Amino acid sequence: MIETFLNPEIIGAAWPIVLAGLLNTILLSLIVVPLGLLGGLILAVLATVHHPLVRWPLMAWVDFFRAFPPLVLLVLLFAGLPFAGLELGGFACVAIAFFLNTGAYYGEIFRAGIESVPTGQIEAARSTGLNRLQALAYIVLPQAVRNVLPDLLSNTLEVVKLTSLGSVVAVPELLFQARQAQSLTYSPTPIVVAAIIYFLLLWPLVRLLSRLENRALAGRR
Amino acid sequence: MSTWDRFVDTFFNGRVMLKYLPDILHGVVVTIELAVLIVLSGLIAGLALALLRSLAIRPINWLIVFVVDLFRSLPPLVIIVLIYFGPPAAGLSPSGFVSTWLSLALVLMAFAEEIFWAGITSVPKGQWEAARSTGLSFGQTLLAVVLPQALRLTIPPLTNRTIAITKGTALGSVVAVTEILGEASSAVSNSYNPSPLMMGAAAYIVLFLPVVIAARWIETKFAWKR
Repeated sequence: MIETFLNPEIIGAAWPIVLAGLLNTILLSLIVVPLGLLGGLILAVLATVHHPLVRWPLMAWVDFFRAFPPLVLLVLLFAGLPFAGLELGGFACVAIAFFLNTGAYYGEIFRAGIESVPTGQIEAARSTGLNRLQALAYIVLPQAVRNVLPDLLSNTLEVVKLTSLGSVVAVPELLFQARQAQSLTYSPTPIVVAAIIYFLLLWPLVRLLSRLENRALAGRR
Repeated sequence: MSTWDRFVDTFFNGRVMLKYLPDILHGVVVTIELAVLIVLSGLIAGLALALLRSLAIRPINWLIVFVVDLFRSLPPLVIIVLIYFGPPAAGLSPSGFVSTWLSLALVLMAFAEEIFWAGITSVPKGQWEAARSTGLSFGQTLLAVVLPQALRLTIPPLTNRTIAITKGTALGSVVAVTEILGEASSAVSNSYNPSPLMMGAAAYIVLFLPVVIAARWIETKFAWKR
């Protein structure tokens, strides 16, 4: 059993490959999480404009990306765009797909946060002479983010896990590297090692979230 | 040919689309089968774990929490690849379909258990005590008094999570499941034309957009009034 799934010799041989993947996964996460947050923030700020011409396209946009599997979006960019003469490479495709997909999810969370801030706050801010954008940036957003922090963290966990899709378009992140090592060594050990690394990396966040979520639901009695 | 004509001929080529339509439709059937299996087994297993957890047997609860944490921390694609490539080395070879079903059902189970459990614990203790004092057994209290209140609370987060995980059926294409994306990708490499991919994308929208819109409606209907 150990011989097959956690073979020390193979771990030794595969370690440099897998480690490079881990570093790339961290790097990729550090790029795509801010991208998604940015996309979400843009959507949420647009959503504060209560005009039907803004509201409806925005809702359609968000629902579209909630319905569309991120892997399909990624493959569409990676395998579809070259036919239009646009070859972007795996990394750029991942960045664009994450900006669009996770942006829609972050956007919904930010929107809920902004809506949770009482209108009196905005009125008070405006009455002190702040303009709309200033009131949003300095008064509403800090409170909004605080109110939806568990949801933001939970979505960030999902985004980090989602970086494993990069393996499909040859981005050398943790899963891709582990699969490379697997085909070099003919052993499932590198994939088991990658799974253990993902677990150790993300478990603390899952524990934290589990506590926050239980508290949030219990508080809604 | 104008640029527009060339664009249409490349991405929406009627001849290619007609040729691969049966493949995509077959993919739709596989995707629906997978989705139904995942949702049913994942939700039932999640509810069963949450009920088991309410018995408050320590070692069992530690095990449940560990399993839930495990499947919340691992990326679904990693679990799929692990189940697909792992067991053959031990003499067992699950198909891509079974690997994908099992993996996503386990992930949904983990999330559903957390949500059901949070719902159960959110029902005030007084409800338990009142129900037990009327002579209901533990099981009767749980099923007839606590669960109906808990479930209402869990519906919005549960629908969102279920949709997100069900969309993951596309991951099956990585382990050769002939669901929509798998069929579309192989059609693209056979025809050297991206039209099947556009068809596949449209199929996902047709399948999942109504579900997302229904979820939005459910969310407002069951929203907790503060």
